[in-house]
Amino acid sequence: MTLPQRTVQPRPDSGAFDAAACETFLVHEARLLDEGRFDEWLSLFTADAWYWVPSEPNQASPRDTISLIYDDRRLLETRVRRLASPRIYSQEPRSRTSRMIGNVTIEEAAADACTVRSKFQLLEYRRESQHIFGGTSLHRLVRGDGGIQIVWKRVDLVNCDAPHEGLVVPF
Amino acid sequence: MTVLDNELSQLIAPGRVHRRLYTDPTIFELEMQRIFEAAWVYIGHESQVKKPGDYVATQMGRKPVVLVRDGGGKVRVIRNQCAHRGALVVATDKGNAPEFTCCYHGWTYHLDGRLKAVPLNHGYPAGFDPTDPKLAMLQVPRVKSYRGFVFASGKSEGPGLEEWLGHMTTSLDDMIDRAPEGEIEAAGGVFRHAYDGNWKVYFENLCDAAHPLFTHRSSIEAAQQQSDDVHSDGTGEIAIRQMRQNGAPYSFWEENVGIWTYPNGHSFLGDYHDDAKLVAALNDPVFRDYIATMEAKQGKEKTRRTLEVRRWNSNVYPNLSFMSQFQQLRVVHPISVNETVVHTYNYRLKGAPARMFENTISFANIVNGTGSLVLTDDLEIYTRIGLGLTSAGSEWLEIGRGYAGDLPAEHGGRRGKNSTSEVYIRNMFDAWLGYMADGDGARGTRAPAPQAVAEMRQ
Repeated sequence: MTLPQRTVQPRPDSGAFDAAACETFLVHEARLLDEGRFDEWLSLFTADAWYWVPSEPNQASPRDTISLIYDDRRLLETRVRRLASPRIYSQEPRSRTSRMIGNVTIEEAAADACTVRSKFQLLEYRRESQHIFGGTSLHRLVRGDGGIQIVWKRVDLVNCDAPHEGLVVPF
Repeated sequence: MTVLDNELSQLIAPGRVHRRLYTDPTIFELEMQRIFEAAWVYIGHESQVKKPGDYVATQMGRKPVVLVRDGGGKVRVIRNQCAHRGALVVATDKGNAPEFTCCYHGWTYHLDGRLKAVPLNHGYPAGFDPTDPKLAMLQVPRVKSYRGFVFASGKSEGPGLEEWLGHMTTSLDDMIDRAPEGEIEAAGGVFRHAYDGNWKVYFENLCDAAHPLFTHRSSIEAAQQQSDDVHSDGTGEIAIRQMRQNGAPYSFWEENVGIWTYPNGHSFLGDYHDDAKLVAALNDPVFRDYIATMEAKQGKEKTRRTLEVRRWNSNVYPNLSFMSQFQQLRVVHPISVNETVVHTYNYRLKGAPARMFENTISFANIVNGTGSLVLTDDLEIYTRIGLGLTSAGSEWLEIGRGYAGDLPAEHGGRRGKNSTSEVYIRNMFDAWLGYMADGDGARGTRAPAPQAVAEMRQ
């Protein structure tokens, strides 16, 4: 299945790292994922970014413990390229997702970088069944040439250690 | 004996099996009794219960058991059920406890399962004896460890563990002998995958060398197109190399890789990666450090002999599969005829450079990970088999690839002509029939009869 092409929208950037600017950014990121615009989602990340979904509550490191997802930039690019493949059988049929982002707070901020905590709920519908995911996201954001960028993103699922079916669409 | 008994042997033909084996709940129930309560079933590793009182709550087949180290240091497997009203006693996945106490009426058990104390015990009738061995968290009849790998059997008689494992002990040895200090430990967490399909389907994929090129093409192509100039912290590098390796052409599997099967349904895929082209690879500084450490501890010759073992997945029927080169181990938990959960573990090689274990973790994430770019397509296949078998399509499923090429092998085994052979599936069904029909998995030694395929099709 090919996804409909959409016009690329300018990245939201109010010029300051306040909670409202961060929330606007996170809602934009969620929209890109919900609409299957994975290339655009990838372009939100810096060139040495990482993306992490731990397998255990309060997991300290992705290096000594397994993760549901732990992608450095190279693997994240491969993940996104695969998502676009017509031969990705685990996305045949494709999932439809709907995300709600809330409780956005700034954990730590400097002039050109900040760490943002937010809550999310995600509905994923595929092949006649609907799954609910929820949890906490931490984003490390910086201001780059093209607007706000993600240096790293950590997503802690409430049920990270439950038996899961394949997790294909990023959180 | 059930009505079904007369039909069981008719569900397996040379090179074909009837689809009822994957869909019939009555057959599934019988498998749980006759295979999962009779065979040696893998329970866990001794390193998961290092100290007295350490326990892990798990399942043997579908039945809750507790793997525990008792006060005297002995590893036990006891049924997780209170002798009083039947409640599950141990409700957390793992921990340490001085004794086990039921949350209902406070019956308390020693770590080896014997009853220790009963509140209000004067209220029971004359003859109530708390020391009666039946009033216990019952021990599974036979529990045996092979160099730290703990198996249990619900049958009090039958072949001993080592006899039953047969030549597969050499694969377990390979897991352990790769540790410079000769010891391994479970570490780094557990993946739990769920799929809507029969438990056997999972096992039948583990040595299937004919599927990666097709099933995994989305990740193969994405990895082949990936630029190596893009930043990696080292974790993505191993993952991408492995995905590219999955794209080896059919000729590679037919010419360079072999498959060996043994009595009781066991098998392994061999000669896949040698350590020169292994994803860790000889030019990887981490792997070079590791080899130097091994040679310092064990000498060059022993190290060479250890590292020349080149097995991919080793499968111990009915519930254990492991991969010694990257220290991965999977345990299959059947839930119902059409639901399965698989737990996957990682092992740390004691004495190896710390970064070896980081490679193990990276490898686990990409090969066994729930969000892996590879495994998610396998899980899709398992579910699709579950769905496909609900159709009114053909009643018989093919397991005949490579049939005419089956060859006898040493140690009572049978090998395929090459790794694309489905000999390991045929071997598992021979064991299946042995357990299901007469409780003897050793029927897996049955000699191949290639001419039967031609006869069957006439």
